[in-house]
Amino acid sequence: MLVSGIKSRPKYSGLTPDIYAKRNLIVANGDGAAAVVDMFKKADEAFAKKSVVLLVGSVPAEAAEQLKPATIWRFPTNETAVNRLGVTLSTARMGTRVYAAGDEPLLGLVIKTAVASGVDHLSVVTEHRGGTHRRVQCVHCKGITENVSTNPVTCAHCGLALLVRDHYSRRIGAFMGVRIDAEAPGDIPRSLGEFK
Amino acid sequence: MTSRALNRVRVSNVSNVATQIKRFELVSADGRNLPPFSPGAHVIVTMRNGEHVWRNPYSIVCSAQDQNGYVISVQRSPESRGGSVFMHTVVEKGTELEISDPVNLFPVAHTACKHILIAGGIGITPMLAMLDQFKKNNTNFELHYAVRAPDVGAYYADLATEPDVRVCVYRSDNGQRIPLADILSNQPLGTHLYVCGPERLIEWAIDVAKHEGWPDENVHWERFSTPPPGDPFTVELASTGQRIEVGEHQSALEAIEQAGIDAPYLCRGGACGQCVTKVISVDGGVLLHNDHYLTDDEKKNNSHIAICVSRTDGCCVKIDL
Repeated sequence: MLVSGIKSRPKYSGLTPDIYAKRNLIVANGDGAAAVVDMFKKADEAFAKKSVVLLVGSVPAEAAEQLKPATIWRFPTNETAVNRLGVTLSTARMGTRVYAAGDEPLLGLVIKTAVASGVDHLSVVTEHRGGTHRRVQCVHCKGITENVSTNPVTCAHCGLALLVRDHYSRRIGAFMGVRIDAEAPGDIPRSLGEFK
Repeated sequence: MTSRALNRVRVSNVSNVATQIKRFELVSADGRNLPPFSPGAHVIVTMRNGEHVWRNPYSIVCSAQDQNGYVISVQRSPESRGGSVFMHTVVEKGTELEISDPVNLFPVAHTACKHILIAGGIGITPMLAMLDQFKKNNTNFELHYAVRAPDVGAYYADLATEPDVRVCVYRSDNGQRIPLADILSNQPLGTHLYVCGPERLIEWAIDVAKHEGWPDENVHWERFSTPPPGDPFTVELASTGQRIEVGEHQSALEAIEQAGIDAPYLCRGGACGQCVTKVISVDGGVLLHNDHYLTDDEKKNNSHIAICVSRTDGCCVKIDL
């Protein structure tokens, strides 16, 4: 039932510094902060000085310390961080490079926000670190269910049991969830395995 | 994707636009409308002179809204293998030619908030249709056009007297240079860069853009190579075992076509990758890759060859055709 090899499944190639960028905007949550620290080790101090790190949630003080001399902005949620990213990009110039590290919902939101500001999605440098939970859009009611870690999942909006596919929408920043018992109502498998 | 439809056209007008550069206006010879095209598109013109057949790509320079026909500009190339000389010496008003449907390998990125066009010499040709569209659509753009001297720069007079301040021309005989680093250093996010002209100009622009922190995705260029001459060699077709001799001034694709075999192609200039063919074996020598399509690794491995421009040092190559 799970179709593999779906081309829209995003690939994240890992953080590498663009040493020529004049300004770096880096969004990270959870374990992504460590990925940013690793990237800074691959470049010189000038790179960190040109960088602003938008940190989501409670990142340990030691990790934040290692990000110096970059400027650090802290945010309580993914949404507040990408909102600030969008505002910053609205007046940005060419030579600004966007990075994202952390779980997939954050990466998807950062790419979506960057694209809305005229950045090509392939220009966003991304690294997936952390959980495999997903943002899922119900294709029936269009509602978004956050932090989905089970498959099938109950839609938080319309209550249908959804099969979470690898089919991904970059525009929405979510995987597609399709009613799993459309043909045989009530026939809902317990688990289809974990996300990869 | 291969566009093989041929359109018969008649030359309705020929004029000089610079020393060694002629402008040809082409209209349909059979009364049918020519297909629409988008700015940046080119056509392959088939030229027949006795036994000789040349097929060269030329950018369409007229407005994409012009329904009357296509306009192309041809520079008489000093290293010409015959095609551009044929266009300059044999083709005149009333001559009939065969052209392909238009193909666009240099399209405008319509999501861009601004476009920077950089042209050198004959590289202005694909930019002219873009310029027309940007002006009509009130799109944000800049055009920077460099010529060696006014008399050799195609459409120099038109562009030098252009009242639009977004069009800038530079004369290298006056020591003027496109201040590219300055131009690229302060552009709004979402700007795209387009470069067309001599190899050196393209390499330079790509390098400057990289050092100004521009991502690869926002930098576009078009370069057509002409098939370089070289030692004669043999191509063996794996499907039939047929061995085809490629002459000194011929490309493998041309030799294969001359043998009556229909091989895939699109741009005939090493840019599009349509003619890339799997290499089965190379008999002793080395492949000389001249295309801009295969990656460096692919060229090193000799796994594929772009038969429109690449050749061998004289050895036989067996290809999957």
